Amino acid sequence: MLVITETQWRSLGLLEPEYREIISRQGREPSPTELAMYSVEWSEHCGYSRSRSAIKSLPRQGRYPVLVGQDAGGIVWDDLAILFKVESHNHPSQVQPRHGAATGVGGIIRDILANGARPIALLDSLRFGTDPDSYRILQGVVDGIQFYGNCVGVPTVGGETCFHPGYNGNCLVNVMCIGLAPRDKLATARAVPGHSVMYLGSRTGRDGIGGCSVLASQDLGEADKRPSVQIGDPFAGKCLIEATLEAIATGHILAVKDMGAAGLTCTTSEMSAEGNCGMALSLDTVPLREHPMAPYEIMMSESQERMLAVVRKGKEQLISEIFHKWGLEAEVMGITTERPVLEISHKGSIVAELSPENLTSPPMRDLPTGPPKPRLLPDIVNLMHPSPSEALLRLLGSPNLCGKHWIYEQYDHMVQVNTVVRPGEGDAAVLRIKGTQKAIAATFDGNSRYTLLDPHRGGVLAVAEAARIVEDLKTRLKQVDSIDDVQVFLDVNPD
Amino acid sequence: MRLGVVRFPGSNCDQDVVWVLETILGQDVAVLWHEAEDLNHMDAVILPGGFSYGDYLRCGAIARGSPVMKALSDFAQRGNPLLGICNGFQILLEAGLLPGVLRQNACRRFLCKDVFVRVERTDTPFTLACREGQVLRIPIAHGEGNFLHHPSELASILKNNQVVFRYCTEDGRVVPEANPNGSLEYIAGLCNTGGNILGMMPHPERCSEAILGGNDGLLIWRSLITWLSIQRKALSNKLEVCS
Repeated sequence: MLVITETQWRSLGLLEPEYREIISRQGREPSPTELAMYSVEWSEHCGYSRSRSAIKSLPRQGRYPVLVGQDAGGIVWDDLAILFKVESHNHPSQVQPRHGAATGVGGIIRDILANGARPIALLDSLRFGTDPDSYRILQGVVDGIQFYGNCVGVPTVGGETCFHPGYNGNCLVNVMCIGLAPRDKLATARAVPGHSVMYLGSRTGRDGIGGCSVLASQDLGEADKRPSVQIGDPFAGKCLIEATLEAIATGHILAVKDMGAAGLTCTTSEMSAEGNCGMALSLDTVPLREHPMAPYEIMMSESQERMLAVVRKGKEQLISEIFHKWGLEAEVMGITTERPVLEISHKGSIVAELSPENLTSPPMRDLPTGPPKPRLLPDIVNLMHPSPSEALLRLLGSPNLCGKHWIYEQYDHMVQVNTVVRPGEGDAAVLRIKGTQKAIAATFDGNSRYTLLDPHRGGVLAVAEAARIVEDLKTRLKQVDSIDDVQVFLDVNPD
Repeated sequence: MRLGVVRFPGSNCDQDVVWVLETILGQDVAVLWHEAEDLNHMDAVILPGGFSYGDYLRCGAIARGSPVMKALSDFAQRGNPLLGICNGFQILLEAGLLPGVLRQNACRRFLCKDVFVRVERTDTPFTLACREGQVLRIPIAHGEGNFLHHPSELASILKNNQVVFRYCTEDGRVVPEANPNGSLEYIAGLCNTGGNILGMMPHPERCSEAILGGNDGLLIWRSLITWLSIQRKALSNKLEVCS
């Protein structure tokens, strides 16, 4: 019986109290595969172990019925569900700008897709430093967004790009996706016992292994973290959109979730926990890109463009045909069970047997609180007083104020023919909803300086700015004949 | 009248073209999967934009080998209208149905913005509703729109009057600053010697509704519909005379 060493669980990003908690909940030491699964599922990026309590305090009521709790949130507008979500991909983009940003786009699209919604728009909020290396990262990130967004056929319609020395060595890449679905056709991630579990999409390789626990959840050190950055394939992403929507339309997809951070671990555990049931799966059926791969590698892999679905028993062939038509893999991995246990086997042995509930409820870590770091105050006290002409020149030379068409002209912002107000034409993008008199205005805003100095005020101001922009647009658009009514939705990411 | 829109794995603008033809213009439209070998009584076919096969190898290089392309080649040989937009244009070039190649934009970046094009020929099924020299405002969105051909082949293209659209300024001047991608001879759209196959880089389906910023694209669709009506009328007149 393999003994897990402290070096092993520490190198996976777990803390001592967490390791003790695992043993306490299981009543035994975890197997290597189980340990790997805990390390990724309990990471900050997946479990939000440090920020969950703060996020839970945000308001959930509004003018429109709200959809909360699945992989993306949204609102209901008459018979339409409008879904949106923002996700950050900061560390991967710092390490490998093009691929980090590209997979950020791919991942957020899949979160929307997993709800059965067609992704209709992307926005991004980017923060870069001002040193020469930041310029390289800016170019890589913009390249990554255009590389993935353009090919996958979802228009990038808005966002913001800001520069500040505080971001030297630590860029921020936040991507938002908006999706549309008929209200009564939304998909769920809640597994149902007695049906088949199917693996859908691209093959599994070693990319991104430990990405969320190694990269997303911790500070960047000097070591080369490149193997942890996932590689995206927007062509596969596009085929996945079409195949998934086609499959959901058959009515035989009972539950579906996309494999992003923590790949198979996340999907199998979260779908089971949602449905209060379990799964009995064999890793032998997982289509692999590299051979051989250990069970823990298969469970931790963050290979892109994959979904896990619970398919109605007897309809596996039908679903397979749809995915094969689009050039994607489709394999039955096992079944969903009444017994709420995740039983994973590989080459004839059981390599993991754990409770989905345990796996998906990480112990909370408290966020340290305290006053802002004192070094900020001297900066404010010693304000510079340039002459008006000096100030003007500095402003004109600021990358924060310059035209950004160099960036947004690299993004296809018109595909899907819904873009009424384009980047550069206003402070928010406007998308019409075909076949209705409705339109959506979307903006993505934040003010780093204010939020750093006073996080609470900064958050409030970010929401207010976004609301003001969209209200202003609403007033201006009412003058246009072809749009009768413009409702406003907000999705804001305070830094 | 039946209009076909081909769909390859990776096509993005197929649904946009279908939306315009079916919903805006009320036409009978069928989506043709790339494996279709039978064009099923289509009167005209459109190859839409996007990233067929992810632009792997070269844009359009893999799509040109799809089963539907053989049927389309025969279809076009019989004089039926065939329109390739953006990636569709790239596929027509790779398939040898139009002359030349499209390379990476001279600025080495993907470019998405409105451009102006001048109509150079009005005797094609796609431009008969236009005036010669008319300036249209149509958006582009491509990374590989830089037309190139061997000088002797280019001379032949010019001699046969195969250039249908040229990039120009808003007031119709064909000058370097109006050329977004470095295309030789400012070529934005080009047809075969028969005049029934047109490839164009700008996207007319993206400017077929005023709400989206302009509707110059409607001229191209209306030309096609009118041309097909004329053909149909001429055919039925012929049949009447014969019977």
